[in-house]
Amino acid sequence: MSVHETDPALARHVPQRHVGRAVVAVVLVIALLWFVQGLAFNQALDWPTIFQYFFDFNVLAGLGRTLLITAVSIVVAVVLGALLATMRLSANPVLRALAWVYVWFFRSVPLLVLLVLTFNLSLLWPTIEIGIPFGGPTFVSMSTQDLINPLVAAIVTFSLQQAAYTSEVLRASIQSVPVGQREAAAALGMTGTRTMMRVVFPQAFRVALPPIANDTINLLKSTSLVAFIAVPDLMYSVQQIYSSNFRIIPLLIVATLWYMVVVSILSIGQYFVERKLRNSPVRAARIAATDDLDGLTAGGPLDAKKETAA
Amino acid sequence: MSAFLELTGITKKYGDTVVVDDVSIAIEKGETVCLLGPSGAGKSTVLRCINMLERIDNGRIVLDGEELGWRLHRGAMRELSGREEARQRQEIGMVFQSFNLFAHLTVLENVIEAPVGVLKRKKAEAIAEAHELLQQVGLDHKADAYPAQLSGGQQQRVAIARALAMHPKLMLFDEPTSALDPELVSDVLDAIKQLATTGITMVIVTHEIGFAREVSDRFVFMEAGRVVETGPSARLSVEAAENERTRGFLSKVL
Ligand SMILES: Nc1ncnc2c1ncn2[C@@H]1O[C@H](COP(=O)(O)OP(=O)(O)OP(=O)(O)O)[C@@H](O)[C@H]1O
Ligand SMILES: [Mg+2]
Repeated sequence: MSVHETDPALARHVPQRHVGRAVVAVVLVIALLWFVQGLAFNQALDWPTIFQYFFDFNVLAGLGRTLLITAVSIVVAVVLGALLATMRLSANPVLRALAWVYVWFFRSVPLLVLLVLTFNLSLLWPTIEIGIPFGGPTFVSMSTQDLINPLVAAIVTFSLQQAAYTSEVLRASIQSVPVGQREAAAALGMTGTRTMMRVVFPQAFRVALPPIANDTINLLKSTSLVAFIAVPDLMYSVQQIYSSNFRIIPLLIVATLWYMVVVSILSIGQYFVERKLRNSPVRAARIAATDDLDGLTAGGPLDAKKETAA
Repeated sequence: MSAFLELTGITKKYGDTVVVDDVSIAIEKGETVCLLGPSGAGKSTVLRCINMLERIDNGRIVLDGEELGWRLHRGAMRELSGREEARQRQEIGMVFQSFNLFAHLTVLENVIEAPVGVLKRKKAEAIAEAHELLQQVGLDHKADAYPAQLSGGQQQRVAIARALAMHPKLMLFDEPTSALDPELVSDVLDAIKQLATTGITMVIVTHEIGFAREVSDRFVFMEAGRVVETGPSARLSVEAAENERTRGFLSKVL
C-alpha cells in the first residue's frame, strides 16, 4: 500500500456514483423513443392524411375563427376588466357591489353552460330593446335570434367570462401600485381620473401583463368549446371533416398541431414580454421599495432617527 | 388682517383618536416655517390636511384668501368636488419623505407630467423649464434616467423640481431627508436652502434642528397633536426655547 492510498490528504477523490439516476434516465428515454416510434408507424395516425388536411381551406378558416374569438375576447376582457376593477375599488358601494356580483356570477357558471345559455338567449328574451325602461319609449328593437348568431354568442360568452377573471388580475395589480404614487399625483393637482389613466394603470398593466398573457393561452384552448354551438372554429372544422371521411385521429392531430403552433407562438411572445418587464424601471423600483421596508425593521431610517435622538 | 396661510383650530381624528387637536398656525407670505416635534406628534398629518390628502374634522384652512377644501354656498359650507380640490392642490407643492417619483416615467417626464397634463402648458416650453429646474437641483444630466436608477438624494431633488414645475404658491416638505443616507442629506438641504432665498412660502417638517435654525424664519413645536410653542428659529436651542417641553425635546435631539 502506498502513501497515496493511506493518507486522506493525498488519496484520490472518487465522487459518489448516481447509479439510480442514470438507470431512471435511460429507462425513460427508451420508453419515450418506443412511444414515438409506435406513433410514427401507427397506421391509424396516417401521416399523409395529416399533411393533406393541415393546410386545408376549411381547417385554416376554422383556425382564423379560433384566433378571432380569442383576440376579440381578450381585448374586450381587458377593457371591461379594467372598468370592473375600477368599480371594485371605487368609493361607491353600489358600484363595488355590482362589480362583485358580476365577477361572482361569471366565475360560478361553467364556460360550456354559459356558452349554451348565451346561444339560447332568445328563449329568455325574444327581443332586445334599447329605450327608456319601465314603460318608456323604445328606440331600437331587435330580434335576439337575429342578433345572436353562434359566432356572436361565442365572442360574447368568452369576453364576458374572461372579463371577470381579468378584472381580478387587474384589481390585484392596481392595488400593488404603492399608495404614494397616487398621493404624489393628487399633490400635483391631478384629478382622480387622470391619476388612474396616467399613473396607476400604466404601472398596474406592467404587473398584469404576464398573468394576462397566460390567460390568453388558456382562452385560446377553451374556445374549442364553441364546437358545441356549431361555430366553425378549428375544432369544429376538423370534426366536420372527420364525420364525413372517418379519419378521426389524423384530423384531431391536425387540430392538436395547430393549437400547439399558436400556443408556442404566444408563449414565445410571453417570454419576451416578461423578459422586458423584468428589466423595467417599475420592477426595479418595486424591489428597491421592498428593500427600504427591510431597512425600516433593522438599522433603517427609524433607528437612525433614534440615534440622533439619543 | 389675515395671513397668507392660516390654519384656524384644525382638528383631525382617526376614529376616536385625536391626532391633530385644535391647531392654529398663521404663516406670512414668503416665510419659511419649520414644524418640529417628537414622532407621532401629528406633524405629517398637519401637512396632509393642508394639502387635503386628509379631510379635517374641524377648523379652517385659508390659503391666500381662499378657503381650502370647502366653499360657502347658500348659507352652508359645502365640500369641494374632487375636480375643485385638484385645482386648489395645483397651487400647493408637496415633497414626501419617500419621494414618490412616478416609477414608470423618466426624470424629465416626471417633471413635465403635471405642467403639460394639468396646466395644459405647451410641451416644448414645459421641457425647457424642466431642464432649468433640473439644473437648479444639479440633475439635468439625469433627465433621461428612471427613478430606480437614482440615489435617494437624487430622487428627492427631482421630486423638488417636479413640485416647483407647477409654480406653487406654497411648498410643503415632509421630512425630506429622513429616508436618506447621511452623506446624501446635504445635497437635498442645499436645494431647499436655495429655494428659501427665492421668497416662496414653505412649511418644512424636519428633524434636522441645525438646518431648521438656518433656513427657517420661525418654528412651530408640536406634541401629541397640539402646538406647544412657536417662535423665531433663532430660539431653537436648549437655552433659548421658552417652553419646558420644547427644551426637553431639543436637549434630546441636539
Ligand atoms: N391613517 C391613520 N390611521 C390611524 N392613525 C393614524 C393614521 N395616520 C397617522 N395616524 C396616527 O396619527 C399620529 C400622528 O401621526 P403623524 O404621522 O402625523 O406623526 P408625525 O408627527 O409626522 O410623526 P413622525 O415624526 O414619526 O413622522 C400617530 O400616532 C399615528 O399613529
Ligand atoms: Mg411624519
